[in-house]
Amino acid sequence: MNKNMTEAEKKKKDYQQIVKQKSPKSALFKNCVLAFIVGGIICSIGQFFSNLLTKWGIPKDESSIWVPIIMVFWGAFLTGLGVYDNIGKYGGAGSIVPITGFANSIVSPAMEFKKEGYVLGVGAKMFVIAGPVLVYGIASSVIVGLIYYFIR
Amino acid sequence: MALKKIGKQTVRLEAPPSIIATSSIVGPKEGQGPLAQYFDTILSDDLCGQKSYEKAECKMAMDSADKAISKAGIQKEVIDYMLSGDLLNQIITSSYTAREMGIPYFGLYGACSTMAESLSLGSMLIDGGYGDYILCMTSSHFSSAERQYRFPLEQGTQRPPTAQWTVTGAGAAILSREGNGPYVTHVTTGRVIDMGIKDANNMGAAMSPAAADTIVQHFKDTGFEPKDYDIIATGDLAAVGKELADDLIKKQGYDISNVFTDCGIEIYDSKKQDVHAGGSGCGCSAVVFCGYFYDMLAKGLINRILMVSTGALMSPTSSQQGESIPGIAHAVTIERMV
Repeated sequence: MNKNMTEAEKKKKDYQQIVKQKSPKSALFKNCVLAFIVGGIICSIGQFFSNLLTKWGIPKDESSIWVPIIMVFWGAFLTGLGVYDNIGKYGGAGSIVPITGFANSIVSPAMEFKKEGYVLGVGAKMFVIAGPVLVYGIASSVIVGLIYYFIR
Repeated sequence: MALKKIGKQTVRLEAPPSIIATSSIVGPKEGQGPLAQYFDTILSDDLCGQKSYEKAECKMAMDSADKAISKAGIQKEVIDYMLSGDLLNQIITSSYTAREMGIPYFGLYGACSTMAESLSLGSMLIDGGYGDYILCMTSSHFSSAERQYRFPLEQGTQRPPTAQWTVTGAGAAILSREGNGPYVTHVTTGRVIDMGIKDANNMGAAMSPAAADTIVQHFKDTGFEPKDYDIIATGDLAAVGKELADDLIKKQGYDISNVFTDCGIEIYDSKKQDVHAGGSGCGCSAVVFCGYFYDMLAKGLINRILMVSTGALMSPTSSQQGESIPGIAHAVTIERMV
């Protein structure tokens, strides 16, 4: 029995090895370059708004509040228009990591689950993707804050 | 003693039921694919005029059932059983369709293997003398499957090249005791095979060992050889899975590569349609069989086909808990003449 188990296990391992060889890989280099370009463009747009606000005489600490608000708006707006997922198809991490991607990850489930109602659909599912990021983001900021408080 | 059973997993139908009519309905993307001319209806709007994708899938299933019944030239009251399944939780598409149909109903779950599963069971019911007309059907919808299994539609994610595209489509076939064919002559029921693949973005690889197992067992049970078939078609292994299955079958001493195809490869133009490895979903083998292969059988272009619908039997919960993906494949032999 034991010998049979190991034989079956070996067969599985062999198969998984073959699958690994036969499965086409993602085009890592091309994806990285595209992510760099798309992410760079999004960040440049953010910088553009930052410069614009500074030119209009808005102080630095205030403009650093306004820029994320503007970028989240654009991320949400383009998601609503059905454009952001197409950017994401090419941009990958380049369009997920910036704050526009965060907006996309909240607006897209909110749109998708509207059919289940405003409470159990939009309300409950809105943070289904962004939720983990928020939970661990906030938790780690609290820990870092505590460490900073004690070693300061 | 089981009189009609041959070998380990196969049934030879004594009075092969006839598939008297089929119907197929597909979404806009499938309508741009190479098989467009074989489908009865191509939707211009994948919401089908409904408020949700689940309702749209149900509407498609209803329409394909109605179409098959009218093509068969029968009243729905004469249908003894409806056998149907789909991908949505608690197979709601099938049950809500059955609610409208008012026909005695068996709900099936075989994931994407449902078309062959329903034809298998339907054929055995007729051969057993339990009915004269049986409706076998299944459906899937890209957008309803996507929101259940993966990400919201508008989320900007990248798919790996091994990922497959769920077919938006519904197919229905009517089996009858009397008729002029094509006939279902053999049924090979698959075993659940799990080779430990965990990547839900590589379902072809998870299902191909099951497909290979069923196909090889079918040859052993029936004594058929690859050359006895004009086409051996798996359901939705797509590019990666088909190649793997081909190799697995070769290792067991059968070379089917001359007649081997896959519905997930047939339905889309892989160069133009951005579907990565190919199509998947219950609707994939349903519409390719009910549209394309049935038409070829009816026109006499092919005489015998082995239809092997393949299913991946995982759920989002099992994937999240780190379980591997069990696969299944059911095969039916369909012949133009008996």
